[in-house]
Amino acid sequence: MALLLSVLEQGMIYGILALGVYITYKILDFPDLTVDGSFPFGAALSVRMIGEWGLPAVLTLPAAFFGGVLVGMCTGIIHVKLKVRDLLSGIVMMTGLYTINLWVAGTGYVPIFNKETIFDNEMVNSIVPSYLFQFKNVVIIFLITMAAKYLLDWYLRTKSGFLLRAVGDNDTLVTSLGVDKGLVKIVGLSIANGLVSLSGCLYAQQQRSFEISIGTGAVAIGLASVIIGTSLLRKITLIRVTSSVIIGSIIYKACIALAMYAGVSANAIKLITAVLFLIILVIGMDKKRR
Amino acid sequence: MLKLINISKNYNPGSVNEICLFQNFNFTVEDGAFVSVVGSNGSGKTSMLNLICGSIGTDYGSIMVNNEDITRQKGYIRHRRIGRVYQDPAKGTCPSMTILENMSLADNKGKPFHLGRGVSKGKIEDYKVLLRSLNLGLEDKMNIQVGSLSGGQRQALALLMASMTPIDFLILDEHTAALDPKTAERIMELTEYIVSEKHITTIMVTHNLRYAVEYGSRLVMMHEGKIILDESGEKKKLIQTGEIMDLFNKISVECGN
Repeated sequence: MALLLSVLEQGMIYGILALGVYITYKILDFPDLTVDGSFPFGAALSVRMIGEWGLPAVLTLPAAFFGGVLVGMCTGIIHVKLKVRDLLSGIVMMTGLYTINLWVAGTGYVPIFNKETIFDNEMVNSIVPSYLFQFKNVVIIFLITMAAKYLLDWYLRTKSGFLLRAVGDNDTLVTSLGVDKGLVKIVGLSIANGLVSLSGCLYAQQQRSFEISIGTGAVAIGLASVIIGTSLLRKITLIRVTSSVIIGSIIYKACIALAMYAGVSANAIKLITAVLFLIILVIGMDKKRR
Repeated sequence: MLKLINISKNYNPGSVNEICLFQNFNFTVEDGAFVSVVGSNGSGKTSMLNLICGSIGTDYGSIMVNNEDITRQKGYIRHRRIGRVYQDPAKGTCPSMTILENMSLADNKGKPFHLGRGVSKGKIEDYKVLLRSLNLGLEDKMNIQVGSLSGGQRQALALLMASMTPIDFLILDEHTAALDPKTAERIMELTEYIVSEKHITTIMVTHNLRYAVEYGSRLVMMHEGKIILDESGEKKKLIQTGEIMDLFNKISVECGN
């Protein structure tokens, strides 16, 4: 049961990250490596706010989101205004964010064991009966994930969302529509990294600690989730693609959990992630060829 | 009125591959004119359209629209009053979006970052009427992705989208070149219908000499960045495809093509 709950919790937390990666990878067609920096950025910001500043945990959610928006905006400006290639813009930001994350968090490892988090605070503890305490995290994460998903669904159906979808598909058309395609890309990258940072914020509070290395491979996890979700569930028309991406993330986390359950060492997880990611990519490409 | 005044444009300046495309090039298009532009490859037809649309910049000279200098205006701002249809049907539409969503995108031309509903329900009937005018049955397929349409259907949709909102100019860049003869014919009929219905000033670049002769009120032939033939009115009506073909062959021999 604990394993299942852990898979669901982490699957949904990384599901929010995957929503961000879905925007950059699938919609904008932009391989955004900023994710490896913006995920720990949200985590660093939340532990600083909770730990050192003693702010209510609920404030970390908008702070992490808007912090991530700023990070994404910087990537967008580097790419669009300074004309640096997409991959390199992400690498520049990811590298710079490593130091910024250390500054924000204070050190490379910050525990927040005795602090109130979004999952463990007076209000939540008074509402949830003690026999349901073990489901507390999963319910809160579910609510936040669904809020992120529905807000993104709503945005993608707005006029502005239409432009975002159009720019990755055919940026010539966006220019023909009298809109600055660069600005649309910046908006897309901002929203994407806002979601990734929000995901990092939840992750740090679920783990009750911040570690500088949590961002390593975050983009690969996000991409794997997007590819699993969109290729496995694409035939089920009733499910929106955003839901598929979140389900993809849960499936991915389940695979990793099974590997660990089967006795694979925790040190080998990144390698397993890379191999799993490669397999998913190859299967994805094979399907495309057919 | 559109005016290109003393335009000069060099490609790859300062390198061994430097090409002088335009030298003191002048071109004027009166309001309401339908100009067909022909010429061999490399004659500067598409480059002229790119200069007008702001896709490439000028080295010297100015571009005026209704006495307003737009030479330094960014391409996306110029497009707010220009509709452009490209040779590739994929360039004028969004393949992963539905016909309805594409129509709605085009309907919101020049209005960025509006958080209102992407498709206004009240407009769906209007879109249906517009699609019906294409006579391709697209009004019954409004919720299918544009990527699944044929090249001709996509080009017809692109043409409709480019001319949906009020525009000063319609720029057609070899828009029938990638289509089979029957579909190309249909797209040309649609072009004429839309242009005459909406009285849009149109510049059409084409390699099809017959279309250039049959359609439009003015015929321009370009060669090495210069206009070598410019006929309109009664004189244009008297031009035969054979004459244009002879002139075309003559300049091709001169350039060794």
